[in-house]
Amino acid sequence: MNDLGLGLRLLARMLRAGELTLLAIALALAVASMATVALFTDRTRLALEQEANRLLGADLVFTSSRPLDAELLREARWRGLNAISTLSFRSMVVRANASHLAEITAVEPGYPLRGSTRISAGRGSDDRLPSAIPEAGTIWGDERLVGQLDLRVGDRIGLGNRDFVLAAMLTQDPSLTLSVLGLGPRVVMARADVESTGLIAPGSRVVHRLLVAGERAAVESYRTWAGSRLPQGVRLEGVRDARPEIRGALERAERFMSLAALAAVALATVAVMLAARRFHDRQLDVCAMLRCLGASQWRVFRLELVQLLGVGALASVAGAVLGYLGQAVLGQWLTAVIGIGLPQPGLGAALRAAALGLVLMLSFGLPPLLSLRRIPALRVLRREIGVPAAAGAGAYALGGACVAALVLWHAGDLRLGSYVLVGCLATLLAAAMLTWGSLRLLNATRRGAGVSWRYGLASLRRRPVATVWQVVALSLGLTAVLTLTLIRADLLHAWQGNLPADAPNRFLVNIQPDQSASLREILRARLGSVPALYPMVRARLVAINGNAVDANRYAEDRARRLVEREFNLSWTNDLPAHNRISAGAWHRPGSSSLSVEEGIARTLGIRLGDRLTYDVAGARFEAPVTSLRRVEWDSFRVNFFVIGSPELLAGQPSTYITSFHLPPGAAAVVNELIGRFPNVVVIDVAALVSQVQEMIEQVSRALTFIFVFTVAAGILVLYAGIVSTHDERVREVAIMRTLGANRAQVLRAHATEFGLIGALAGLFAAAAASALGYVLAINVLGLPYRSDPMVWGLGLLAGVLGVGGAGLFLTRRVLATPPLTSLRQLA
Amino acid sequence: MRPIVEAIGLVKQVVSDGRDLNIVDNISLRVFPGESVAIVGVSGSGKSTLLGLLAGLDTPSAGEVLLDGENLTALDEDGRSAVRARAVGFVFQSFQLLPALTALENVMLPLELAGAREAHRAAAALLDRVGLADRLNHYPKQLSGGEQQRVAIARAFVTRPKLLLADEPTGNLDAATGSRIVELMFELNREQGATLLLVTHDESISSRCHRTLRLAAGRLLAEAPA
Ligand SMILES: Nc1ncnc2c1ncn2[C@@H]1O[C@H](COP(=O)(O)OP(=O)(O)OP(=O)(O)O)[C@@H](O)[C@H]1O
Ligand SMILES: [Mg+2]
Repeated sequence: MNDLGLGLRLLARMLRAGELTLLAIALALAVASMATVALFTDRTRLALEQEANRLLGADLVFTSSRPLDAELLREARWRGLNAISTLSFRSMVVRANASHLAEITAVEPGYPLRGSTRISAGRGSDDRLPSAIPEAGTIWGDERLVGQLDLRVGDRIGLGNRDFVLAAMLTQDPSLTLSVLGLGPRVVMARADVESTGLIAPGSRVVHRLLVAGERAAVESYRTWAGSRLPQGVRLEGVRDARPEIRGALERAERFMSLAALAAVALATVAVMLAARRFHDRQLDVCAMLRCLGASQWRVFRLELVQLLGVGALASVAGAVLGYLGQAVLGQWLTAVIGIGLPQPGLGAALRAAALGLVLMLSFGLPPLLSLRRIPALRVLRREIGVPAAAGAGAYALGGACVAALVLWHAGDLRLGSYVLVGCLATLLAAAMLTWGSLRLLNATRRGAGVSWRYGLASLRRRPVATVWQVVALSLGLTAVLTLTLIRADLLHAWQGNLPADAPNRFLVNIQPDQSASLREILRARLGSVPALYPMVRARLVAINGNAVDANRYAEDRARRLVEREFNLSWTNDLPAHNRISAGAWHRPGSSSLSVEEGIARTLGIRLGDRLTYDVAGARFEAPVTSLRRVEWDSFRVNFFVIGSPELLAGQPSTYITSFHLPPGAAAVVNELIGRFPNVVVIDVAALVSQVQEMIEQVSRALTFIFVFTVAAGILVLYAGIVSTHDERVREVAIMRTLGANRAQVLRAHATEFGLIGALAGLFAAAAASALGYVLAINVLGLPYRSDPMVWGLGLLAGVLGVGGAGLFLTRRVLATPPLTSLRQLA
Repeated sequence: MRPIVEAIGLVKQVVSDGRDLNIVDNISLRVFPGESVAIVGVSGSGKSTLLGLLAGLDTPSAGEVLLDGENLTALDEDGRSAVRARAVGFVFQSFQLLPALTALENVMLPLELAGAREAHRAAAALLDRVGLADRLNHYPKQLSGGEQQRVAIARAFVTRPKLLLADEPTGNLDAATGSRIVELMFELNREQGATLLLVTHDESISSRCHRTLRLAAGRLLAEAPA
């Protein structure tokens, strides 16, 4: 079509004349920042997940009580994945006349596939990475085994039919954290040696595992493949399934990342919105002239559309490339800083950012075009004639909806996305209304003020629409920046506060009621603190609302396992810290009631008010669910899925559980506990704790970096916001100076104007950021939140100094040009 | 001979201070091919309004305009545009060059819109004719007012329009420059055999036209012969 050629030629000319520069740069930077942040958060997410997989020793683990189908292994290898199998079983480890029941893990070369095993030459000596799995005829035993049997490296021990040499002490191993329920000391040996022990006979209890790891996409597709043909009794887990603590931490980390990505999108949106508006203003004359020269309405529309699409496509592609390069450079830098190799990102995020850029451009550029085509040609004679108003309201709504949909898609998290969207929209409306009101109020101060103040105010009021636009855009920009600085810091702080350096890293399970006093005494004497002991009743869920629970009725594997197993119920009158009631009310004194964790309630289909029947050692009881709780798993406190009221459970046979922080080098305390209370099981979660702590640390570093990027985008918004009234201002300055105003007067007038705009924007942004922070903390991240009053000061300061400073900088440049030149440039 | 432009009982009414005001009040006129006609009158007498109506840039409250044989009042916006594209060229007091386009590109634009070939050559030739051969790639802001107006004139003539409308083409220029611009317009008018209809305050311009139409408060006064 002939118009395509002409449109492209016009595009080339407009580009060359610099007419589209702001729009192109705004869009390119918007896309670049979205792409960089998205790609980068993508990579960080992948890296965190990979790190977490170290705990599991693999990306995926199949578990079964029968030998696993060889097909699973073949398929994994065929898909280029690493796969090895392991066996776990219990056996007595014998030394001279002492023996102890231990949990043996027999592994194949290559174990573990993720993370590492560490060994040492004995207690107190430094640990190191082994070069391979235990050699034939040797085993590694953990600290408990060494302690229980008083072993030294090099000692011989008996396992089944034969003797082994203890080649090293195991200090770190995925199997140590994989199953917290596994109780005894640990032994790692080579799988090839298992047969010679004669320990595995038909009918003996053995857990077969297949560990799989490899490139992410391949693992994912393999998981889907395997998931659909999983035989009965085989469990397939990633680290998220295996450890709720890690699942919680990863989800929070991802939300933080999404939040950062969304802030980048919000800023980009504002920048494009402003640039599109300016584009529209500048095209008024072009369109009027095209009409005057005889082009039809649709022809004007087509020509403009070609230009808009052209600049959109160019800038989006440029932005995507820029973003990809940016994230590559920064990824390298970050690898050095946070010390984990970042996996390569998919191109998807870059493409998505480019698509988002184009849609942004069309959403904000197209509606004005629809009205622009209707500009009366008469404008060439009467300049004050503008575009017929209200033409694009519907189109704007559609554009807004498109942007919203894309933002949600981009966020990858519906809840977070909608909160941010609603937050932005509310900020937008509130800021618009309040600005309008403030302009009226400020007008009351006009009398008696100096000429500069009056003039500054007058220019704000003379273009109320432009002023409102400016304030709204700048508020949104500042909100994003404040959210990423103060609010981010507050939220991260709250998260870190959940898991302080002295967070519990050992659990003590199976404490008998008569042992609790002396155990407490030992902990108090040795560690100086008395942790709380929680009663624990082992019970089986047998019926919901009188209907027998049948494991086969649950589609979800996790649900089936949960109902097959015995639950640990606890009882207390006080809601434990780190628990929040999300529905219903906490136990009333004297009542028989149950409180259920909301995640498990969802999995098992339990609703508030349901009556649950439990079986405790043959005796049954029934009670209603009166509340649902949200639990912070990654706090590493003792947590329970189900907590009953004391009236209900205090009479049941129970044991106690507690958690405490074991400082480094205090291992002797554990040995003393094991010695005094042989039945008590010590569970070491130090590796998990430090994994989560590290994750928080890494997320916070990654966010700091993203923040730097966001500030750059914020500056763009600032520039676009100020430049949007620049032409008019240049003309005014020229006229004022022609009329004899001196530099100081002009500067003061503009300082007033920009200062007010900045102050309003800063205050609105502070309010919006605080509100957003609160909502995100409570509803999305599940963290306690205290508003930081600093946000107000900082918002105001950033607004006044940022906007005022940038505005004055531009004004000074205008002042430096002779008025005549200014006027001519606008002729 | 058929008039190139004809107005019959043209009225433009606006609401001003809550009162209806006829800023063009029952004007009828005819302009024939090859003529040059000046419209004069004091400021605010409705000259620009009348010109806008005759060009189909604005719609009358009553009356009709026939431009190049077409009844503009019967056409919609796009129909009027098409007539303009076919038959009319414009020169404005404030030049109205597009700031993002060079002199050459400004002149090429009407040809490109019409899908004409050799737009570049024709535009360059006409710019040469108005004495701006060495300013082809300058932007409007790099040109003086007189030079800008010469570009505007080249743009108006480049499509060889039957009717050239000019609204105070010399209004923003000094007398010497203005008279050179007018000279140029009349020359091109002769060369191309176009019809010239121009609004002016300048007696020396109106005296060069075949006819002068006088406006006062939106009404046409007696027509003064050349
Ligand atoms: N939309 C409008 N609403 C109200 N009054 C209008 C409108 N358009 C034009 N006028 C008035 O109509 C009158 C004629 O305006 P017009 O621009 O045609 O005058 P003009 O003869 O071209 O004057 P000048 O020589 O100063 O250019 C003026 O008084 C003007 O104020
Ligand atoms: Mg006029």
